[in-house]
Amino acid sequence: MSRNKKGADQAGDGLHLDDLPRLGRARVVGVAGTGPEVTRLRELGFVAGTEVSFARFAPMGDPMCVRLRGAELCVRAREARRIRIEPLPGAGGDA
Amino acid sequence: MALVGSPNSGKTTLFNALTGLRAKTGNYPGVTVERKLGSVSTPSGPVDLLDLPGTYSLLPISEDEAVAVTVLRGELEGEDRPDAALVVADATSLERSLPLLAEVIGTGVPACLVLTMVDELKARGGSVDLFRLQRELGVPVVGVVGHRGVGIDDLRALMADVKKWRQPAEPPPFDTEGRFAWADRALAASARRQPAESERTRRLDRVLLHPLAGPAIFLAFITIFFQAIFTWAAPAMEAMESAFDALADGLLASAGDSLPMHLLADGVVRGVGGVLVFLPQIVLLFTVIFFLEACGYMARAAFVIDRLMGWVGLEGRCFIALLSSYACAVPGILATRSIPSPRDRLATILVAPLTTCSARLPVYALLITAFVPARPVLGPFTLQGLTLMGLYFLGATSALLFAALFKRGLLRGASMPFYLELPPYRFPSFMAVGVQVWRRVKLFLRRAGTVILAASVILWFLLNFPRTAAPAGASANEARQSVIENSLAADLGHAMEPVFAPLGFDWRIDIGLIGSFAAREVMVATLAQVYAYSGEDDDTAGLGIILRRTDPATGKPPLDLPGALALLVFFVYALQCVSTLAVMRRETGGWKWPVFAFGYMFVAAWSLAFAVHEVAARWLQ
Repeated sequence: MSRNKKGADQAGDGLHLDDLPRLGRARVVGVAGTGPEVTRLRELGFVAGTEVSFARFAPMGDPMCVRLRGAELCVRAREARRIRIEPLPGAGGDA
Repeated sequence: MALVGSPNSGKTTLFNALTGLRAKTGNYPGVTVERKLGSVSTPSGPVDLLDLPGTYSLLPISEDEAVAVTVLRGELEGEDRPDAALVVADATSLERSLPLLAEVIGTGVPACLVLTMVDELKARGGSVDLFRLQRELGVPVVGVVGHRGVGIDDLRALMADVKKWRQPAEPPPFDTEGRFAWADRALAASARRQPAESERTRRLDRVLLHPLAGPAIFLAFITIFFQAIFTWAAPAMEAMESAFDALADGLLASAGDSLPMHLLADGVVRGVGGVLVFLPQIVLLFTVIFFLEACGYMARAAFVIDRLMGWVGLEGRCFIALLSSYACAVPGILATRSIPSPRDRLATILVAPLTTCSARLPVYALLITAFVPARPVLGPFTLQGLTLMGLYFLGATSALLFAALFKRGLLRGASMPFYLELPPYRFPSFMAVGVQVWRRVKLFLRRAGTVILAASVILWFLLNFPRTAAPAGASANEARQSVIENSLAADLGHAMEPVFAPLGFDWRIDIGLIGSFAAREVMVATLAQVYAYSGEDDDTAGLGIILRRTDPATGKPPLDLPGALALLVFFVYALQCVSTLAVMRRETGGWKWPVFAFGYMFVAAWSLAFAVHEVAARWLQ
């Protein structure tokens, strides 16, 4: 899938949803893994091609709240690391 | 017909608008998912409408979803397969709610789409062409504004004739990605414009979820919450208490001193009344909770506190349920229904009784006033006040500690991902809040009328039988004393003595413990009966003096300081409350977990009370 020069961090290849705060907006590539937890994240709307934008952090820095498909959804960092994203074409990388 | 939709889709409001607030509630057979059935009048006659649990999808991951999908497939035993399904979707977030429709169509049940909050969609500058959407999706589409009744008549007309519903020629894709793509395609072809972010929500969240102001407001919210439970409900509770006392006294005074009258007055009126006095608290508590829930603030509160709850292995929503338990564990346990993860929910149910419910307060008040000196310690704080605070703190930390323990041991396993939707702020309809409060109140009243009534009557028999003739020339008090000393309760108390003697409780205190089983504060009334204390009923200081005074028969006071402290600690932990056990059984679907909870709390209560007794006996006397 899409590789990003800055994104080679501990969570494997590419960017993940926990990179969203500095990107501002991005597009979902997919959710890594299988099993009911992964299915649940996909059912919530984290499917390939969906645009997500960062809304805010909770006061203690976790969970974070993102906007997707017309709704605001909170996920913890642990789940955010499983969701792969890519920058929007033409958008600046660092917000 | 079945009503299907995600949480926050406006499903409940629509259900109320269609059924006119009359719904039969119960549980689905064999599971603890709430079942709601109402009747809708349509041009062709009444139609039964089943409100399925709110779900994002029909993949049977959670118990709620499993119920929804088995009902739609006609596979749930004891439940007829619905003839048709109304799929409810929030018009402002169609991109997320439409894929559910694809799944419902996939089950083969004729479906139609009901778009809610079409007024809000317009107000926020969004749009969708319902006519084209109907053509794209291949199913009937109706737009409604549930709380204003807009579009409800069109929906009734549609419900009247399911046979005329058009259904898509070929079923939509079944996989997740495919369904979302199907929805996106249909929306793109229907002149869909996504609404702008709700201005009101953006402004409110800038304050309510502000890194500093947010937690401050959250703390203020908790303070108001406690204020509501303890202060605002107090006058109504006291009024009810004196009303029940007056009724009991009136019964005895007017109908004479016969045994059946005593049963009615002491057993039924005072026993059940002792529990019914919590009604004002419960009404207030649920009004606040459901109002904030419907506004959208509860989700924000869970968002703010989630990190802290994450440390003990729970999540933000568990905190809200534990908070309710400060009034009474019964509504607290009912409030766990909003927790999606079954393990988190069970852990919360198991520790909810450890939070200091208000039924403990009269017992704490009695023992603290009697045994702890009112010495000032620091500024406005006295030793008594600090002791009370300490007991609350002990309960709260123990609840979190045990929850962490359960989540790491007994209830360990692959956890569900945490997710929480922050719905736009909406002003709730008072009707909807009222209906929800009433449903909880009804549950509480039903229990008071059954379990607690039975327990009170049994307790009365234990304390009054077998009847023994009082020695000649005995005063009324001595006669009463003699009945109690020869009663079955006394036998039970004596039988319990070996267990509780190490904690410093004698057989009379043990009878009080039996009494506290009906409801914890019944302990006070039971002790008053046992010690044949004839003063004013609620003058607990008087009873306190008796507890401390040396009993001429034994040369010891009924309770010494180490014993009193042990009793306090015992009350922090022990699960001696039939209503809580009954609601636990109901919510966990069997006796296994209530028995487990009773067991672990008893072990904790006994061991810690024993430790406190030992330490206090050595150092405090």
